[in-house]
Amino acid sequence: MITAEQKPLKEIIDSISPYEKIFLVGCNECVTVCAAGGRKEVGLLASVLRLHYLKQGRTIEIKEITLERQCDPEYVEELASEIHRTEAVLSMACGCGVQTLAGRYRETPVFPAVNTLFMGASEAQGIWAERCQGCGDCLLGLTGGICPVARCSKHLLNGPCGGTSHGKCEIAPDVDCAWCLIWERLKALGLEKRYEEIMEAKDWRSAGGGGPRKIVRKDLLL
Amino acid sequence: MENFEPEIIAFCCHYCAYTAADMAGSKRLSYPTNVKIIRVPCTGKVDALHIMSAFEKGADGVYVAGCLEGDCHFKNGNTRAAQRVAHVQKILQDLGWDTQRLAMMNMSAGMGEVFARTACEFTEKIKQLGPSPVKQMNTDSYRQTQR
Amino acid sequence: MKTTSRLETVLASGNLAVTSECGPPRGARPEKVKEKALLLKDYVDAVNVTDNQTAMVRMSSWAAGVIIKQMGMDPILQMVTRDRNRLAMQSDIIGAYSLGINTMLCLSGDHPKFGDHPMAKGVFDLDSVQLVQMVKKMRDEGKFQGGADIDSPPKMFVGAAANPFADPFELRVARLAKKVKAGADFIQTQCVFNLEKFEKYMEMVCDRGLDKQVHILAGITPMKSAGMARYMKNKVPGMDVPDEIIKRLEGVSKAEQPEEGLKIAVESIQRLKEVRGVHGFHIMAIEWEEKVPQIVKNAGLLPRPAENELKNL
Repeated sequence: MITAEQKPLKEIIDSISPYEKIFLVGCNECVTVCAAGGRKEVGLLASVLRLHYLKQGRTIEIKEITLERQCDPEYVEELASEIHRTEAVLSMACGCGVQTLAGRYRETPVFPAVNTLFMGASEAQGIWAERCQGCGDCLLGLTGGICPVARCSKHLLNGPCGGTSHGKCEIAPDVDCAWCLIWERLKALGLEKRYEEIMEAKDWRSAGGGGPRKIVRKDLLL
Repeated sequence: MENFEPEIIAFCCHYCAYTAADMAGSKRLSYPTNVKIIRVPCTGKVDALHIMSAFEKGADGVYVAGCLEGDCHFKNGNTRAAQRVAHVQKILQDLGWDTQRLAMMNMSAGMGEVFARTACEFTEKIKQLGPSPVKQMNTDSYRQTQR
Repeated sequence: MKTTSRLETVLASGNLAVTSECGPPRGARPEKVKEKALLLKDYVDAVNVTDNQTAMVRMSSWAAGVIIKQMGMDPILQMVTRDRNRLAMQSDIIGAYSLGINTMLCLSGDHPKFGDHPMAKGVFDLDSVQLVQMVKKMRDEGKFQGGADIDSPPKMFVGAAANPFADPFELRVARLAKKVKAGADFIQTQCVFNLEKFEKYMEMVCDRGLDKQVHILAGITPMKSAGMARYMKNKVPGMDVPDEIIKRLEGVSKAEQPEEGLKIAVESIQRLKEVRGVHGFHIMAIEWEEKVPQIVKNAGLLPRPAENELKNL
């Protein structure tokens, strides 16, 4: 999923300070799962903002809305009938959601309330870690299901570097060395030999080096 | 401010603090009427949103009272409540509030005295802190939210 | 001969090669490069010129390399993939070669986190293995990495680094094999303190016949003090400093520790000279370049083969 974290409160407050009518719009997808911008977080942030305004002796009208999927025009359309009632939108979705709103409602300013971070998986309750950088040319079949692009600090395709220490990356003791994990997994699979096959220089075009990426599925077009 | 009587919300676990409050009553131990008890099945059920709502609605102080460490009826609801309390304290800090307005307490069902004493001490502390920043503004806006 | 590299000639002659390194200054001070290089003149066959080492900005390694070349010495251009993409690296390789640099060492480089620009984006378009491949392709096929022909290709003698001590140990020889397969002509290793482990590593290297395909230069670093030894053991990732070394340094007075450290370095060289597959030494005297001549001399590695001697081969 796409992970995100709420922005510092001060930054959020500064961004909406000129407005007194706000739509606070969450999303039921990824940001709900990573507890950054679902219905619950929308409620909590609304409460926090109201308290802030109360303390200042100002009123703010916050309408809490959580869309099924903020990156989908179909669901974003739900706001169409009401958007004129607000001065600004504060979005708690990932950057895709923010842009979908901004693209649809061109006359209403949209501000992000979260920082979108990475595509990750849950390691444990409350812990998410980066797993994929969407390079567009998946190597996981060659690397024992562990991604060196996302999980090696230097994105080495022929690692590990000399900085690995007791299976950890040199950048921090709590970061696993991806190449140690790959090696262990290849061993477990009886595929150590594969390690010595050189991975050629990567074509980064599919990873975004070729400009913004897009998928067009002709079979699905209306 | 001298006559300030704070409004305090205590989220009390059914299995410990709530029973302790009962016991305090039956033992005729007095504690301030400022403390309004909300019984919850487990403090693990108290969400950050509940605490924030209490403050929004005008509470001057809030505390969550759960079982002693290791004694939660649902294994670890009380430790999770403590984590959430810490999280909301951080939010209050960001808002420029005194984080002492929110506290986590632990007690067992038999601790009637502890319940009464805790209620007194917390009420006293909130009295010293004065009305919540929301009330301090004492503006129409506050009344509006109370409608 | 693949190149006109002096290092290649020395290694081909069967002599034990000696290299050392020179970290370029953090400012426009060409005289600093000269000072450091001068200390090494006639004591080493080639001088590694580091590339923004420890991710700190320094004079570019090719510029410092050219200064060294102008002194009649032989620079080894270090190049890390951290700071440049493949376009920039190839143009620098052509540029350096055009200015007389014919030997290079391919590295990935320390992570930007450790340097003075931790906010910089690490490039890592290629890794060190792919850089070796690219330099070899430029030389042997006369082609850019992208496939186009090079009009007069640079002929670089290509080196890579190896750390025999980082774990997992069993992976280390496999990784060396990968660098050899990519086209590394020589290898400079991480500082060797744990001689036994290194000997074990070299045995595994020879078992696979890698010693026949690549020249390995063992890394040697003299310890200035017991404190430095402890620091290297505990704080530098991938460094293996046995307790005996620390004890030996602690066994002498503080004033005598530098001398003891130099002695250990010399003894290490003497022991490793006998190890099959070791074709030379890379002496990294950290902020202690002035001691390199003494180490080289005491280890019996003098005189360095002269140009005309090598020509007669």
